[in-house]
Amino acid sequence: MNPSLQSVLRPSGAHAVLVDHLFALITTICVVVWILTALAAWTAIRRGRVAGSSATDQQAGRHVAVATGITVVTLIGILIATMVTGRAMDALRVDDPVRVKVTGNQWWWDIQYPGAYPSQQVTTANEIHIPVGRQVQIEMLSNDVIHSLWIPELQGKIDLVPGHLNTLWLEADYPGVFRGQCAEYCGAQHAKMALTVIAEAPGDFERWLMANRAPAPTPTTPDQQHGQEIVVKGPCSLCHAITGTSAGGRTAPDLTHVASRSTLAAGSLPNTRGYLAGWIADPQHVKPGSRMPPTGLQGGDLQDVLAYLETLK
Amino acid sequence: MQVSRSSTARACGARPWTAAARSAVLAGCALAWLTAGCEREARRYQDLPAGADRQTAIRVGQLEPGGRQPEAPVQSPYQDNAWGIGEGKRLYSAFNCTGCHGLNGGGAIGPPLMDDKWIYGAQADQIYATISQGRPNGMPSFGGHLPNQQIWQLVAYVESMSGQTKATSSPGRNDDQLGALPESRRSPQRPVQAGGK
Repeated sequence: MNPSLQSVLRPSGAHAVLVDHLFALITTICVVVWILTALAAWTAIRRGRVAGSSATDQQAGRHVAVATGITVVTLIGILIATMVTGRAMDALRVDDPVRVKVTGNQWWWDIQYPGAYPSQQVTTANEIHIPVGRQVQIEMLSNDVIHSLWIPELQGKIDLVPGHLNTLWLEADYPGVFRGQCAEYCGAQHAKMALTVIAEAPGDFERWLMANRAPAPTPTTPDQQHGQEIVVKGPCSLCHAITGTSAGGRTAPDLTHVASRSTLAAGSLPNTRGYLAGWIADPQHVKPGSRMPPTGLQGGDLQDVLAYLETLK
Repeated sequence: MQVSRSSTARACGARPWTAAARSAVLAGCALAWLTAGCEREARRYQDLPAGADRQTAIRVGQLEPGGRQPEAPVQSPYQDNAWGIGEGKRLYSAFNCTGCHGLNGGGAIGPPLMDDKWIYGAQADQIYATISQGRPNGMPSFGGHLPNQQIWQLVAYVESMSGQTKATSSPGRNDDQLGALPESRRSPQRPVQAGGK
């Protein structure tokens, strides 16, 4: 499935199916009401006022009362349907969900999987892995402005508010790659604040989690070692963290396993060596206003940094 | 309108201005005002890190062998730029300056930055040198770890903390909930040289 396509009309999880049913019901009601209203208007215009009509104000008033009654009953029906959907969603909650913490930043997503011990915690960015068929509880906060997490195939959207914890529950029914995006305007690069959700078999998910708990691999070739030196001693380490090295910045995406992710710069670019080079050399060309400053890295240094970053699988 | 026209006439020594000249001057003023506003807000995303010369050109002594090296800029390139100062404010938290100098520059285990006392100089190039070289007793050196343009953004912000930048360019609000006045409303401090500890 192409993760660049996202659609509310292709529900892929229990929550999304409920939302989809509600959506279908309300849309059907609205279409019927629209057709009836249009027909009534059309008939009235065609017939015009019949000369010598005996209709009185009292009769007209009765018609308006009946129409108002039907409208109120319909709206209350929609309200009840919405409440039933909400209850059904609530009933899906379980006591042992997969817990994920998502923190919004201008303009990327910080993703954490809490563990029993700090060493078991997994920190990644812009990519959420979930096991198929299990309830996932996403706790959401923001570090700067209000963002909104929207993965149309899996759930409705909920805001990420600074200092206020919001929770989103979702579940994927089958393996797939789903695209999500920020759905609340949050500044210059709001449009390039996307994320990827990868739903996989529970075994694959556990393997991914184990792999991401490991610290970054030690570079082996001289190129990679030089690259690591530049990353750790240079400007990168002030914002980025790489577990197992002295790079411990917490204001930019964690790079410990950056090479295992599918996109760069929050879904802006595919994660290949060429795009990574362009992004590091001139991030402000790809994403003007991004918090990543121009690094001025060139030539051999840039190649060595790329060689090192490619080992961070 | 009548009053202002007669006062203008008096101010110009009653020289008869044509309506066209007056509108031209007005339009000129409006344009200057507007473009000044543009400069204030300009977001200079593409500023590349300046070469190493800026870093080495900050000199403590006056004597130099051979020809003179280019002087370091005495002012931050972001001195009057609201975006640059705002970025500096963000970086001040991001790089944990708050940890020692306090959330609003009120000081903690590091010296306060919102007052009038400067141990290592209040000029922009001196602040730049302090940030990039570090200072004894705890100030880390950020040279080589930060791109130069970010250090200059920090310099501009540090100046704004004691009211050294224009109120129109300084940050107008705080994101945190502490009650300190935003930088644009702080009264300018007159820098004085203070002895180090």
